[in-house]
Amino acid sequence: MLSLLVRRRRLLHHLLLPLFRPFPMAPSQPRTKSRNPLLIPGIGKFSRSKMYHKRGIWAIKAKHGGAFPRHDPKPASPEPASKKPPKFYPADDVKTPVPNRRKPKPAKLRASITPGTVLILLAGRFMGKRVVFLKQLSSGLLLITGPFTVNGVPLRRVNQSYVVATSTKIDISGVNVDKFDDKYFKKEKKERYKKSESSFFEAEQETKKLPKERKEDQKVVDTPLIKAIEAVENMRGYLGTKFTLRSGVKPHELVF
Amino acid sequence: MPFKRYVEIGRVALVNYGKEYGRLVVIVDVIDQNRALVDAPDMVRGQINFKRLSLTDIKIDIPRVPKKKTLIQAMEAADVKNKWENSSWGRKLIVQKRRAALNDFDRFKVMVAKIKRGRAIRQELVKLKRENAA
Repeated sequence: MLSLLVRRRRLLHHLLLPLFRPFPMAPSQPRTKSRNPLLIPGIGKFSRSKMYHKRGIWAIKAKHGGAFPRHDPKPASPEPASKKPPKFYPADDVKTPVPNRRKPKPAKLRASITPGTVLILLAGRFMGKRVVFLKQLSSGLLLITGPFTVNGVPLRRVNQSYVVATSTKIDISGVNVDKFDDKYFKKEKKERYKKSESSFFEAEQETKKLPKERKEDQKVVDTPLIKAIEAVENMRGYLGTKFTLRSGVKPHELVF
Repeated sequence: MPFKRYVEIGRVALVNYGKEYGRLVVIVDVIDQNRALVDAPDMVRGQINFKRLSLTDIKIDIPRVPKKKTLIQAMEAADVKNKWENSSWGRKLIVQKRRAALNDFDRFKVMVAKIKRGRAIRQELVKLKRENAA
């Protein structure tokens, strides 16, 4: 429907623009949004012919002398010499499942858990202990510490779901936890031993030794923490004591 | 054996069931055998079943269905708030509320205080026993 003049002007503009850019222009990037807005899922606003024009196929063709540029077909790779017919043909046509594109996000931190909160551990080796929350790691797990000299809980990762957050907070402004991430806590892979009796018994006797680095990191994190703890009366005893339920105490009625 | 707290106009009662649970109200009128009209300074006047009320010892002097202003003046004159808070029933409720609002840390501090108190009492007792035995 457009006049020939309009078409020709647009073509010239499109061809001459790379030669003469009147002002600094944005670098050409691949277009991400579709030129055909959806009215309803499955129905676009513009017809095929309109889209042909919008995409500028006519301009690309004109640029390349009347035909849309295409690569020559690749020479067919020679078929592998021994290609046996398959032993098994499935009786029914089974649909392939749609690939899962879901990317799990790190767990959302509860509003009641902020750096310095005292948490109560509900499961695991340190069940019942009251610990200090330091930060949330990129995997979603919480980084906590006893402190170690107060209640024996080292720098450790714990899942949010196995924790009760109390409303008691400790000042952790003096603590630097930047160096800790999930990689720091990753277990070392045990070398797979060959399946022989002697090596099996040898492997069992190796005991795990805590690297010196871990002990030093623990001290570095704990010293400012302990200073903040000593500033509050009864706090050291509180963190050293385990959480217990007594007869008649109803957890759903407790205010933490 | 005879009743001491009567349902009468001006009787202060405690709501023991329902939306207004725990509120102190004044009976301002009796509607029928089961229901009363109650009012409180910070509440819209409304009906309530007698079964939902626990009568207290406090009574104030008001006409039947007084205006809100009159009610508040009468309550001030009778000093209902202080009488209630100093009564053993009122004090018990206040303590219950405080205990329910205790933090985990607060509960720990209470436990420590109780242990200290118990220890002091036992030490005194032992001292007295020793003195008595001697």
